[in-house]
Amino acid sequence: MTAARPAGGDAGAADGFVVPGRGRGLLDVFERRYLLKLLVRKELRVRYQGSFLGLLWSYVKPAVQFAVFYFALGVFLQQRDVVQNYAVYLFSGIVVINFFSETFGNATRAVVANAPLVKKIYLPRELFPVSSAWVAGVHFVPQLVVLLAGTLVAGWRPTPVQLLAGVLGFVTVALLAVGLGLFFGSINVLFRDFENIVDLMLLVVTWTSPVLYTWNLVQAQLPEWLWFVYQLNPVTSAVELFHHAFWFGSTDGDPALVPPDLLWFALSAFGLAVLVLVAGQLTFRRLEGRFAQEL
Amino acid sequence: MSTPAGTSAGTRTTIRVEGVSKQFHLRHDRSLKQLAISAFRGKDLGNTFSALDGVDLTVAEGEAVALLGLNGSGKSTLLKLISGVMSPDTGRVLVRGRIAGLIEVGAGFHPDLTGRENVYLNGAILGMDEATIGRRFDQIVAFSEIERFIDTEVKFYSSGMFLRLAFAVAVHTDPEIFLIDEILAVGDAPFQQKCLGRIRELRAEGRTLVIVSHDLNMVEGLCDRGVVLERGRVVADEDITSAVDRLR
Repeated sequence: MTAARPAGGDAGAADGFVVPGRGRGLLDVFERRYLLKLLVRKELRVRYQGSFLGLLWSYVKPAVQFAVFYFALGVFLQQRDVVQNYAVYLFSGIVVINFFSETFGNATRAVVANAPLVKKIYLPRELFPVSSAWVAGVHFVPQLVVLLAGTLVAGWRPTPVQLLAGVLGFVTVALLAVGLGLFFGSINVLFRDFENIVDLMLLVVTWTSPVLYTWNLVQAQLPEWLWFVYQLNPVTSAVELFHHAFWFGSTDGDPALVPPDLLWFALSAFGLAVLVLVAGQLTFRRLEGRFAQEL
Repeated sequence: MSTPAGTSAGTRTTIRVEGVSKQFHLRHDRSLKQLAISAFRGKDLGNTFSALDGVDLTVAEGEAVALLGLNGSGKSTLLKLISGVMSPDTGRVLVRGRIAGLIEVGAGFHPDLTGRENVYLNGAILGMDEATIGRRFDQIVAFSEIERFIDTEVKFYSSGMFLRLAFAVAVHTDPEIFLIDEILAVGDAPFQQKCLGRIRELRAEGRTLVIVSHDLNMVEGLCDRGVVLERGRVVADEDITSAVDRLR
């Protein structure tokens, strides 16, 4: 039947043959970073197309969010009398949660949102969740600038170790959110329920970490083992690392303000984030072959 | 490559499709609820439809192969498997060299971006790097003949202009293997002639072409080998004239 088949037989991949559609996952994304750059730029262009404020909207949203929380919790519930520089404390946690939520939420929807491309052209599909993370990163920068300005006014004098804590916190959250995004994003192609499950998780995440309140309130209320579980949450560690980086340096420096064993929980959070990323990538690769027919 | 005895250097294989089958689930609106119900009752979800059934195909470098058949015979599915967009249920597909799957022109175009931005984005999607696109940019725009509108957002383009630009990008990529699905019905007659001319040029450069089309006259002029599919099976693999005659 196949007239042109050579008589040689099964030489396989050794001859330079590759199986199409089987890439190297996130490594391919790194290789095609020019495309990644264009996808990120497209996303930013399209999102603010025809809007008067443009990228300024990425300031407005966290500003409103901050104001609401500050008045409700800081003023009415009087947290600002208990927590030093409560505004800085609050905002340094909010920026972490915003970056996490935007990356995780958009990465979960990324493959489905790019269905026309996924169905017609083979690309390393990890590009889409990763570009969600970059877009969220672009939105993170102005928030960080505002945070730095605020904390400097509040008397922030950071040490190099504290700044490193901030970097570790950011990297942890980025890896975790991309990993979760790969995991839920690939399952979401098969079962659209997962978009809603992720929305639920994002609704809860602000409250399951010490963003609006301080950790010692949690420790006082929870049994020992549950307090341990609470601290194991990588987002909690990242938030505390950000507090350490951008808020602690503006306080009177009382060591009791830092949660116990922050270093160890931070390292375990980083390890967990790496594990989640690996698990997310493996799941994504396992399901990737079915994307084009399920979308 | 170690060439098997009896084959000349000109017949180096670039695409190998070996015993490939592909099935589709006919029901697409699956949710967790339905899954739970079917797991509970131990029932399969909906019917399956066999798009390809034990297909073998070997394409040599520089060949131009037409995949022919009626609607639903599995031509486009086969093309998608070769491009890597889908993967086979059983059997395997192997390719050598870079592939451009022109399954649908303009798949990566975004209406809110300008023509220029779309050329870069689409070029990158099709595997070109920044320098290559930059070098070919003028050529691409000249081919599309829409110089005046290149900095206009694509959503304001007529459908003809859109297809011209999309096609221009696609045929200026640099893969060894071109997979073309019914995209030659682009624009007016002069532009179609230009597209066909460009495809012939690509052929003359020794690139491998796999073309799906219902335009029998066109493929007869373009290809030298025809593979006829019928309900997911290869029923004929012969020279293009006899293959086309089967469908007439």
